[in-house]
Amino acid sequence: MKSGRIEENIWEIPTDYKPGMIVPARIIASESLMTGMDEGVINQITNVACLPGIKKYAWCMPDGHHGYGFPIGGVAAFDSDEGIISPGGIGFDINCGVRMIRTDLREEEVRPKLKILIDALFSSIPAGVGKSGSVRLNKSRFEDIMVNGASWCLENGYAWESDIDHIEQAGKIPGADPAAVSEKALKRGMDQIGTLGSGNHYLEIQRIAFDSECDSDTARMLGLEENGQIVIMVHCGSRGFGHQIGTDYLQSFGAAMRKYSITVKDRELACAPINSPEGKAYYGAMASAANTAFANRQVITHHIRETFARVFGRPAENLGMRLVYDVAHNIAKFERYNIDGKSTRLLVHRKGATRAFGPGNPELPEIFKQTGQPVLVGGSMETGSYLLAGTAKAEELTFGSTLHGAGRVMSRTAAKKRIRGADLQKIMEDNGIMVRAASYSGLAEEAGFAYKDVSEVVNTVSRAGISKKLARMLPLANIKG
Amino acid sequence: MITRGTKFKIVEDIASGDFIFDAYGDDPGTLFSNCGWACFCAMTDPRSVKPGLEFQILLDGENLEELLFKFLSELIYIKDVEKVFLSEFLCVVDESAVKLNAVVKGEKIDYNNHLIKTDVKAVAFHDLDIKRGSDGYSVRIILDL
Repeated sequence: MKSGRIEENIWEIPTDYKPGMIVPARIIASESLMTGMDEGVINQITNVACLPGIKKYAWCMPDGHHGYGFPIGGVAAFDSDEGIISPGGIGFDINCGVRMIRTDLREEEVRPKLKILIDALFSSIPAGVGKSGSVRLNKSRFEDIMVNGASWCLENGYAWESDIDHIEQAGKIPGADPAAVSEKALKRGMDQIGTLGSGNHYLEIQRIAFDSECDSDTARMLGLEENGQIVIMVHCGSRGFGHQIGTDYLQSFGAAMRKYSITVKDRELACAPINSPEGKAYYGAMASAANTAFANRQVITHHIRETFARVFGRPAENLGMRLVYDVAHNIAKFERYNIDGKSTRLLVHRKGATRAFGPGNPELPEIFKQTGQPVLVGGSMETGSYLLAGTAKAEELTFGSTLHGAGRVMSRTAAKKRIRGADLQKIMEDNGIMVRAASYSGLAEEAGFAYKDVSEVVNTVSRAGISKKLARMLPLANIKG
Repeated sequence: MITRGTKFKIVEDIASGDFIFDAYGDDPGTLFSNCGWACFCAMTDPRSVKPGLEFQILLDGENLEELLFKFLSELIYIKDVEKVFLSEFLCVVDESAVKLNAVVKGEKIDYNNHLIKTDVKAVAFHDLDIKRGSDGYSVRIILDL
C-alpha cells in the first residue's frame, strides 16, 4: 500500500493511489494499528476520496474497519452547494449512537443488587430480533417524533428538562421531513421505540476507573466524580426505521446518479447532489430517523431510571441519574469549517465516527463551552469504555470528528468459532461482569478478542490531539441485544 | 428452484461486523432461494421454522443484482413487520425481463421454540455482483446486522 506517515499518528494516501481520487485519504493510527488495518479499509476510504464535492481529505479513524461504501470510522465533508449526500456515508442505522447516564451510586451499593437490577432492566427494555417497544404510536404521533426527537419525549413524560442540553444538537435535527419517509419505513419503525435491538447494541452498567492520563477535573465538571461511581451506557440507533430509509434511498439513488451523471467506485456509495430534490428528500428522511433514534435512546433512559428507582427504592432524581451526554456516530450534519481561508458550509458525513467539538464552539450549549463536547467511546463488553472531550484541533483537522469505538479485528463467525456464548458468559461472570443476552450466539460474536485494544485506539486519538481522555469506565453488567 | 437451500458459505476472513456469505445456484431462482435461506440462517436455524404462513413477492429491477437486493430487502421487511422467521423460498426469476415471482413461507418468531441468533436489518450493495459461470451462478452478499 502506498501511504506516507505525515505525523506520528497520521498517515496519508496520495491522490495518485487510485484513478479518480479528488483529495488524499488520511488515516489516524498508531504504527501497530496502521499495520493491522484491513486492506478493505484502504480501498473503501480511497473510494470515498473520489466522491464529487469532497473537501480536503477523506478521513478514517483508528477504530476503522471493513464496512460497505464508507469504512466504519470514515469521515468526509462535502461542499453544501457542489457536493453530494450519500446514505453509504451514514450507514443503515441512522444515528446509531451512545449515551451515558451518571448516578450518585457507588459500586459497593450496586454490587449486592446487581442481579436484581440487570434482570429488571432486561425485562423492561426489549432486546433482540422481533421485539416491540412499550410506546404505542399512530402515524401522526410517530411523525411528531420524527420532527421533534427528544423534545417529544420531554412533552410526553419520557425526559427531564435538563436532558435536552445534554444531547447532540438538543436531540432534534432540523429539516426532518416525514413526507420523505416511505410507508414501509413507518411500518418497520412504529413499534420499535424503546427497544435496544441486536448486533453490537447494548446497555451496560459501568464503574468509573480513572487512570493517570485522564483529565479527571474536566470529568468532574461533567458529573463523573470518583473511582467506583456507577454510570450506565446505552448503545443503539434508529432500528428498522433507519435501516428501511437507507434501503429505500440506496435503491432510488441509482436513478438519481444516472440523472445527474454521477459515477461512483462502489454502488454502496450511491449519492445525489445535496441541493437536488432527491438529495433534499434523503436529508429530510435521514433527519427523521436521527430524531427517532434520539427518542429511542431517551425512552430507554426513562425505563432505566424507573428500574433503578424501583430497585433502590428512591426516585431517580434522588439517585442523581442525570444524562452526561448523547452522541450520534452515524450521521450527516451541516457544519461550517475553514476551507482555503473561507468559512464554508459543509455536509459532514460521519459513519462510525463521533462529532468532537472543542471548548468554546458556538454550537455547544453553555455547559460544555469550557469542557468541550463530551465524546462517548463504547469499547467491547469485556474491556471497558471511555469518556473523551472534543478539541479545537479536531475542528481544524478532522472536521470536528473523532473515533466511535474499538473497531473489529475479527468477523462474527470467526469469534463464534473461538468461544461459545455460554462459556463467555461464565468467564465474564467469573471476572465480575454479569451478562444477559437475547442470544448466546450474539454474545459470542461480541467477545472482547473480536475488537482492537480500545485503550490503544483511544490513546491514538489523544496523541493525535483530536480528543482528550477524561475517564475510563469498566463494565459491571451488560445487556446484549 | 429449491425451497430449502443449503448452497452458501459464510465468509469468515473479513473483520467485519456484518454477515457476509457467498451463495451459489444452478439458475437465478435457485441462487435467490439460497440467498434467502442464508439470510435467515444468520438469525435462526430455519430447519426448525415451520412453513405455515405464506407471502408472495412480485418484483422487478434494472438488473439481476438490483432484483436480488430488492428480494432480500423484502424478506427483511416481512420479518420485521410480520415478526416471522422464514424457511421456504420458492423463487422464479425471469432473467430477460428481470422479474421475480416468489412465494416464501415461515412462522411467527417464538423465543421458546426457535434458536435466536442475531437480527438482519439491511442488505448492502457493496460487492454485490452476480457471476455467471459454467457451473452456475454465484454472488457475495453483505447483510447489515
